[in-house]
Amino acid sequence: MATRLKEVDVVLVGFGLTASILAQELTEDRALQVLALERGPWRDTVPDFSTAWIQDELKYAVRKQMFEDPERETLTFRNSMDQRALPMRHLGSFLPAAGVGGAAVHWNGQYWRYQPVDFMLRSHVEQRYGKQFIPADMTIQDWGVTYEQLEPCYDRFEYMLGISGKAGNLQGTVQQGGNPFEGPRRRDFPNPPLKRSYPTVLFDKGARAAGYEPFPCAAANTSRPYKNIYGVQMGECTYCGYCEWFGCGNYSKASPQTTILPALRRKSNFECRTHCNVTRVNLDSTGRRATGVMYVDAQGREFEQPAQLVILCAYAQHNVRLMLLSGIGKPYDPVANTGVVGRNYAYQIMSSVDVFFKEIINPFMGAGALGQGINEFNTGNFDHGPHGFIGGGYIALWTTGGRPILQHYLPEGTPKWGAGWKKALAENYLKASSIQCHGSVMSYRSNYLDLDPTWKDAYGNPLLRLTFDYQKNEHAMSDFLTDKAVSIAKAMDLRSYHAKQRKGHYSIVPYQTTHNTGGAAMGSDPSNSAVNPYLQSWDVSNVFVMGSSVFPQNGGYNPTGTVGALAYWAVDAIRNRYLKSPGPLMQA
Amino acid sequence: MAVPGMALLGCGAREPHAAFDAANAPGPQFLTREELAFVDAAVARLIPGDAKEPGAREAGVATFIDRQLSGPYGLGQTWYLSGPWPTGDEQQGYQSRFTPAQMYRAAIGDIQKYCQRRYRKPFEQLEGAQRDEVLHGLEGGHIDLPSTSAKQFFQMLWHNTQEGFLADPMYGGNRDFAGWKLIGFPGPRYNYVTEIEQYGKPYRMPTVGLRGRDPGEREPD
Repeated sequence: MATRLKEVDVVLVGFGLTASILAQELTEDRALQVLALERGPWRDTVPDFSTAWIQDELKYAVRKQMFEDPERETLTFRNSMDQRALPMRHLGSFLPAAGVGGAAVHWNGQYWRYQPVDFMLRSHVEQRYGKQFIPADMTIQDWGVTYEQLEPCYDRFEYMLGISGKAGNLQGTVQQGGNPFEGPRRRDFPNPPLKRSYPTVLFDKGARAAGYEPFPCAAANTSRPYKNIYGVQMGECTYCGYCEWFGCGNYSKASPQTTILPALRRKSNFECRTHCNVTRVNLDSTGRRATGVMYVDAQGREFEQPAQLVILCAYAQHNVRLMLLSGIGKPYDPVANTGVVGRNYAYQIMSSVDVFFKEIINPFMGAGALGQGINEFNTGNFDHGPHGFIGGGYIALWTTGGRPILQHYLPEGTPKWGAGWKKALAENYLKASSIQCHGSVMSYRSNYLDLDPTWKDAYGNPLLRLTFDYQKNEHAMSDFLTDKAVSIAKAMDLRSYHAKQRKGHYSIVPYQTTHNTGGAAMGSDPSNSAVNPYLQSWDVSNVFVMGSSVFPQNGGYNPTGTVGALAYWAVDAIRNRYLKSPGPLMQA
Repeated sequence: MAVPGMALLGCGAREPHAAFDAANAPGPQFLTREELAFVDAAVARLIPGDAKEPGAREAGVATFIDRQLSGPYGLGQTWYLSGPWPTGDEQQGYQSRFTPAQMYRAAIGDIQKYCQRRYRKPFEQLEGAQRDEVLHGLEGGHIDLPSTSAKQFFQMLWHNTQEGFLADPMYGGNRDFAGWKLIGFPGPRYNYVTEIEQYGKPYRMPTVGLRGRDPGEREPD
């Protein structure tokens, strides 16, 4: 029998990036009681990310200490509906976090805005190429919100994170040295770009020789000491090369710990409970109003936490699973093509070109978002007509580090093990890097999330089931990008290069990105969206859904920039409209 | 900064690495002595070495693997192990019920039986070329192991070998920074603010691990 607790005004499910933003903004109203429930542990720069022990590749990158253990919760996976989905028993393709700060503790800090066209993708493609250009089973949609509406939110997020970068478009005027394709921004980034590593300088030279306009990629690694919009002080990145999958002990990677929590912790109207796993959102007898959430604590005791407003801030697909387990919104049925929850799941399609330099480039000096990129081949930036595919991506050489076990590149034809392997490793480690192609994935009728009929989590609830594969469109687009990356490699003065196209079915095994999107698509039409343009559930108006869960399809960029902008967008609507007059912010 | 009395160790050739003596090493924590001998003989082929240029054996990779198997990794503590356990396709990944510790025990037992049948000797007594033959056979799935998938065991063994060669020495492998010195990785350091813009310049500071420096290495003059 669950213990019923005292009601709070707002409960946040999960305490990662979006929950930290919401908590910080909502608690500005000192009368509002906000509670965050995080199933992982408390974590902070001191002592958890201490520079004395954090650079332990085996513990964090190989054994995956910072992530959600499949033992507690995982998902089942299949490429298509005619197969049986099986459990993802180890982590591989993506790495959801567990613990305060969420995935924003262990990300690289690679930061992008989506372009205006990304938010109007269906309209744009229909207008420019005609309705018939879109395959019948591709379910891309407009977002219900525009870049112009989100611009101030991107700006706020950037000044909160302390992004290091160079503007490419200031109020409509293209700027030298920035991303010439980006949407207009009101002002430059808060910090200048990071220092250049040698491989990024060589990539820049090659990209220019190939006829493109490379620029320093925007980074959530601070290039200088910075005090952010909440008065929180960050340090200067020292290029230690242990960003992704590690916490930063230097206060120079943006995370909730380094940008929000020092300010939030001082507020008496905010509470966080850790080791509390929310198992469902409780609804009243009408099914149209949430009364709070159920959770299980570290000892296994069950609690009912009543709340006036419930905001799902868990990792992307976890939000969707909670909606399915709780009966929020109509579950998607791929055969009947009805329902919205679980629909429009997407991911990222990645490929690369390994490059082998003539001189040493010291790969171990780096930062998570230290990269030089080109954006000529992203969605909307070139004529797709002759190619027949939709979408695109950026191409960048990132020098994130040279961690020996997992970050070494060997030329094509190197023996898989033995004396030849050892020789190649010794000769190439200091002189190799990789150009990455970071491609979009569209949404399809056949790629979706639902509940598994067989396997359960540690609490006895059905696991989420993922049905997903790359389609012809994604492979065509990815091969196109890889070819463009090869053209840059050819223009660089290299010993050799090795193009690694993305081939075959999507596999859950090798790490690709932790960029899962969709399942609770946002939009202005409830027949194809689970939440409205303010991220409010169409069905249960006191439930909002944060994160990339709400993306109707995934663009050719790392999602975090847009995740943060949408969190600021939603919290603005919650503070200034919803809390003053609770109810649907938009009529269906 | 040279330490008086240590100078002789700093110049010239370093002490050759002694071959790993499985019979007399400090006792294994999970593997039996025989299993340890198998692992040592296998890793010595996967990353070969000698006294001058240490490989996996000299770097203590067998010890590393034994320690890993006796801990949370060996127990598959973070893995989802619940059944049922139907097999799937490659894209769906590892579906065995075995933890890594169970996988090693089952596979080594099967492989030794195979070696007895085929060569009339245990794996660790085979010539180098014969051991390579067995390893290639496992890698390609051409050797049928009754208890488990040969391919899956080989992949696990190969990954663990690379880990043992290149992880921080505090885990029992990468002895005396053998792996890191081979490739030129200076260890976990936190500040390259100046060096990152010194393009093409070799980095010469002594190798460090999480527990400190290599006591034999001098700083550059």
